Amino acid sequence: MEEKDIHSELASIRSLMERSSRFLSLSGLSGVMAGIYALIGAFIGYNIVNEKYGSLTISDSYSDNSLVYHQLLLIASAILLLSVLTCLLLSIRQAKKKGENYWNPVSKRLISSMAIPLFTGGLFIIILLLKAEYNLVASACLIFYGLSLISASQYTFSDVKWLGFCQITLGLLAALIPESGLWFWVFGFGLLHIIYGALMHFKYNR
Amino acid sequence: MKRSLEQFNKAFENRIRLQIMSVLVANENYDFNSLKELLEVTDGNLASHLKALEKEEYILVYKTFIGRKPNTQYTVSEKGRSAFIKHLEALENLIKQQKKQ
Repeated sequence: MEEKDIHSELASIRSLMERSSRFLSLSGLSGVMAGIYALIGAFIGYNIVNEKYGSLTISDSYSDNSLVYHQLLLIASAILLLSVLTCLLLSIRQAKKKGENYWNPVSKRLISSMAIPLFTGGLFIIILLLKAEYNLVASACLIFYGLSLISASQYTFSDVKWLGFCQITLGLLAALIPESGLWFWVFGFGLLHIIYGALMHFKYNR
Repeated sequence: MKRSLEQFNKAFENRIRLQIMSVLVANENYDFNSLKELLEVTDGNLASHLKALEKEEYILVYKTFIGRKPNTQYTVSEKGRSAFIKHLEALENLIKQQKKQ
């Protein structure tokens, strides 16, 4: 066997091991879009609260005004839904461009590894809302999202892990300083997503 | 040089068999259809290579059903994993030896 052949053999083994065990069509652009949705949502939410109360303090008074409360909930759900849809659509498009099937064992593992911490977090946040513990909502969003990213990073670009660690750190800080919860939320879901998405786009997708 | 050639595993001479092993070593398990898609081979071709690896006891086969559709999962055995690693080491040694010459 020629040396050149061995090199190409080893390279093909390595690429196959990676392609079969990691979903590499995750779109960086969808991170940027999710960040933009989060910023727009936070801006609208800020204005709604500001109009009603004149200042932005997370307080029990939200529950007194059920209209504000429902509006905020609606905005948050819309951001979540739009972000997930964008991520799915762009990643499917990316996979198709590469001629890969997007519904394969790796993408299934990726989704289930993300889903467990996310659903736990979602239920936890619903419980917090039902118990009117609004202080910790922003923190819980960030922490559980960070955990789901770290668990997902096994099945996609390992860089995703670092975004997860940053989100968890922000979440813990938000728990420490709940008055500024919204600002940590904006920083984590808005700015970090945009920075991370842009980095990933230039590193892998171009 | 001669010794290192002896370490090459006959079962891995075929490229598709080596590719199957690469996928199974990197994953807990993989099913037939996904393997077929990934390696871009025909049903019959893949099945015959899987059979050969099964005969060597390099892979384990689990047959299940999803609804009415058969779903066959493959995992690598300990024997298969160490044979695969030995084969890779032999390839690397060959490169090293050729560099020395």
